[in-house]
Amino acid sequence: MSPEVFDFVPIWTAILGFAVFLYVLLDGFDLGVGILYGFAENTASRSLMINSIAPVWDGNETWLVLGGTGLLAAFPLAFAIIIPALYFPILIMLLALVFRGVAFEFRQKNVAHKIFWDHGFCYGSTLATFAQGVVLGAFIQGFQTTGRQFSGSFFDCFTPFSTLTGLALVCGYALLGAGWLVLKTEGDLQDKARRQGRWSFLGVMMAIGVVSIWTPLMTPSIAHRWLSWPNIGLLSPIPVITFALALWVWRSLNNRSVAAPFFGGICLFFMSYCGIVISLWPMIVPYRFTLWEAAGAPRTQAFLLVGTLVLLPVILMYTGWSYWVFRGKIRTDAGYH
Amino acid sequence: MGAGKVGSDIGVIMALDPVIMSRLQFAWVIAWHILLPALTVGLASYIAVLEGIHLVTGRDIYFRVSSFLIKIFAVAFSMGVVSGVVMPFQFGTNWSQFADKTANVLSPLFAYEGLTAFFLESAFLGVLLFGRNLVPRWAHFVAALMVAAGTLFSSFWILAANSWMQTPAGYEIIDGRFFPKDWVQIIFNPSFPYRLGHTVVGFYVTTAFVVVGIGAYGIRCGRFVAEGRTMLLMTLSLLTILVPLQILLGDLQGLNTLEHQPAKLAAIEARWDSARRAPLTIFAIPDEKTETNRYAFDIPILGSLILTHDVDGKVPGLKDWPTDQRPPVAIPFFAFRIMVGSGALMLALIAVSWWLRARGTIFRSGWFLRACQISAPIGFIAVLAGWTTTEVGRQPWTVYGLLRTTDSVTPLLSGTEVLLSLASYGLVYLVMFPSGFLLMARIISKGPIGGEAPESVAKAMPLSGSGSKP
Repeated sequence: MSPEVFDFVPIWTAILGFAVFLYVLLDGFDLGVGILYGFAENTASRSLMINSIAPVWDGNETWLVLGGTGLLAAFPLAFAIIIPALYFPILIMLLALVFRGVAFEFRQKNVAHKIFWDHGFCYGSTLATFAQGVVLGAFIQGFQTTGRQFSGSFFDCFTPFSTLTGLALVCGYALLGAGWLVLKTEGDLQDKARRQGRWSFLGVMMAIGVVSIWTPLMTPSIAHRWLSWPNIGLLSPIPVITFALALWVWRSLNNRSVAAPFFGGICLFFMSYCGIVISLWPMIVPYRFTLWEAAGAPRTQAFLLVGTLVLLPVILMYTGWSYWVFRGKIRTDAGYH
Repeated sequence: MGAGKVGSDIGVIMALDPVIMSRLQFAWVIAWHILLPALTVGLASYIAVLEGIHLVTGRDIYFRVSSFLIKIFAVAFSMGVVSGVVMPFQFGTNWSQFADKTANVLSPLFAYEGLTAFFLESAFLGVLLFGRNLVPRWAHFVAALMVAAGTLFSSFWILAANSWMQTPAGYEIIDGRFFPKDWVQIIFNPSFPYRLGHTVVGFYVTTAFVVVGIGAYGIRCGRFVAEGRTMLLMTLSLLTILVPLQILLGDLQGLNTLEHQPAKLAAIEARWDSARRAPLTIFAIPDEKTETNRYAFDIPILGSLILTHDVDGKVPGLKDWPTDQRPPVAIPFFAFRIMVGSGALMLALIAVSWWLRARGTIFRSGWFLRACQISAPIGFIAVLAGWTTTEVGRQPWTVYGLLRTTDSVTPLLSGTEVLLSLASYGLVYLVMFPSGFLLMARIISKGPIGGEAPESVAKAMPLSGSGSKP
């Protein structure tokens, strides 16, 4: 079949959607550990926290590169409009990621400046997360365009709404990070992670509530999508399931469950992600260009798809293997040496 | 921007021109970034070789050298990852018109880099760094191989994309945007094989000189003499092949540039008038206003001979092109000479090393070991100079002859905004990179675990575990 007749957009939407979600989960929990890092009481617990993510963080961050280049490949018009529109949040995110990324090595091997890099790790993680939340908020708000170009101001993305989504994501990643620590640690550190998880959980639930009310008020098309008949009936399971999941996560944070807080947090993220997709579908540059309008040349999508279908499962397999190698509780003598 | 059009009297306006500022920003983030692949590509392969030798022979010395280099590699790699994540976003933030116009051709190359390389490196790096006691020995060796393969795949795809910008092929242009016609032609475009060879060998040479420098340091300070000797002899032997090979590859790339990017070649050689039996300008101060060279020191006929391999060969001159299609002259001219000069120094050092080896005094020659130590960063200088030559020489185009740099920048972006981002990158990189390089220096000065003088029986300690806390 020639690439010109086959519609590659649905499969690329699925792949990119999967990659972005996986990035949010994977870097989400290690950025979350970074956010909670600032609250750790002593060097020993800080070392445990950082060792729990040291072998996997750079693999996690790689999904961000795949998300960026995947967007460029599959939906180049969206990349050319959205990325410049988010000039400053992306700048802040990248620089914060630089700081927290090198802190892994630098704090360990540069004892003289350990405190500086400890701060770099914590603030870098928090700021990068906040900037990603601003990106999300600005995306939901939409972008001003003329022709094939972004035509708004480079500061349009900073609004009360995007600030809220920024804070929401900080709580969200902290919840994932706390879940990860409950899974990977024991004793006092684990108890502390449960407490932090509860606070993060409350922040996340508040944010989900406010965003769920704010977006339909801000954007009539979203209100129409959710509240018109029969959608309101068909989509009602989404809030119901989310509510049920929330109860489960809250309970697991209060009893002795080890894995439930982490996987429950992932489920909450999945439901929120579905909510955003339902709100914006089929837009990739919200309210201006659909996935099909922004799609790259079929030949380009086809060429990349061939390799992706082979490589993506392989990547998932060996990523899984490297998580398997480092499974189980993190001990003081593992990781950095 | 059009070369040579900007007078020095409008320096203030120029400083806030978003195109110039965006170019500066790109140059800044890529120049720092490229130092890391220049080290990690070579180091990954070297570590894989050491792990392989250790697996086969079981000799401890290779294990100690490898474990030592892995620590340096870990720091370099983490800096490479974070400064590498910055790169793809530059196309969007500052060069969105370039992204829109070239994405259909270039984006799969970038995406394949992520898919084949970045993941491979990142996933197996964890095992390489922390997994020595968790996986069987062969699996640890495989992890080292995978990381090395990842760095090479990465070079392949990034240089394919870069080469396509230099010598585009296999495309068609519809409504001002590039569309793919033939992927084989796009990837294996005319300058790609030469650029790939020249760059990868350049990275290997860079790493080898770093290892030579570390080895010489280890011998001089007496802290890890046995390891130092192994590193020094192994890499000097390797360089004996690599440096001449690199000079040959450079010559081939020069011929390729003459064929496909003659204006760049004219700028590199500061030739204004095309001529047969052209001289080689060893030194000059090129003056773009008067289109002449001041203080020129020329050697007759040598230019044609070197550049075309023919004494009667025709060397292009910049006056063959209108001023708005010429690259800047002084920067490629001097950068190229820095690169070639570095190569000459490398060759001299290797020649001396063989003379000393023949006399059997290589480890006792204090001045030679000192020279080795000083030469450790020479590859970085050559890589940066070579990169500057080829990228500035491509101007005023992003896609050579087809898409101007001025038509590639993000529309509506003002100089002030780029100034803000450039200053931020400047500040963060000036904290991060020097810290990283100092840290590597500190790791080197500590030496390998269990490193001892050659006479004593060194006992290898496990890399991981509570026994080896710093």
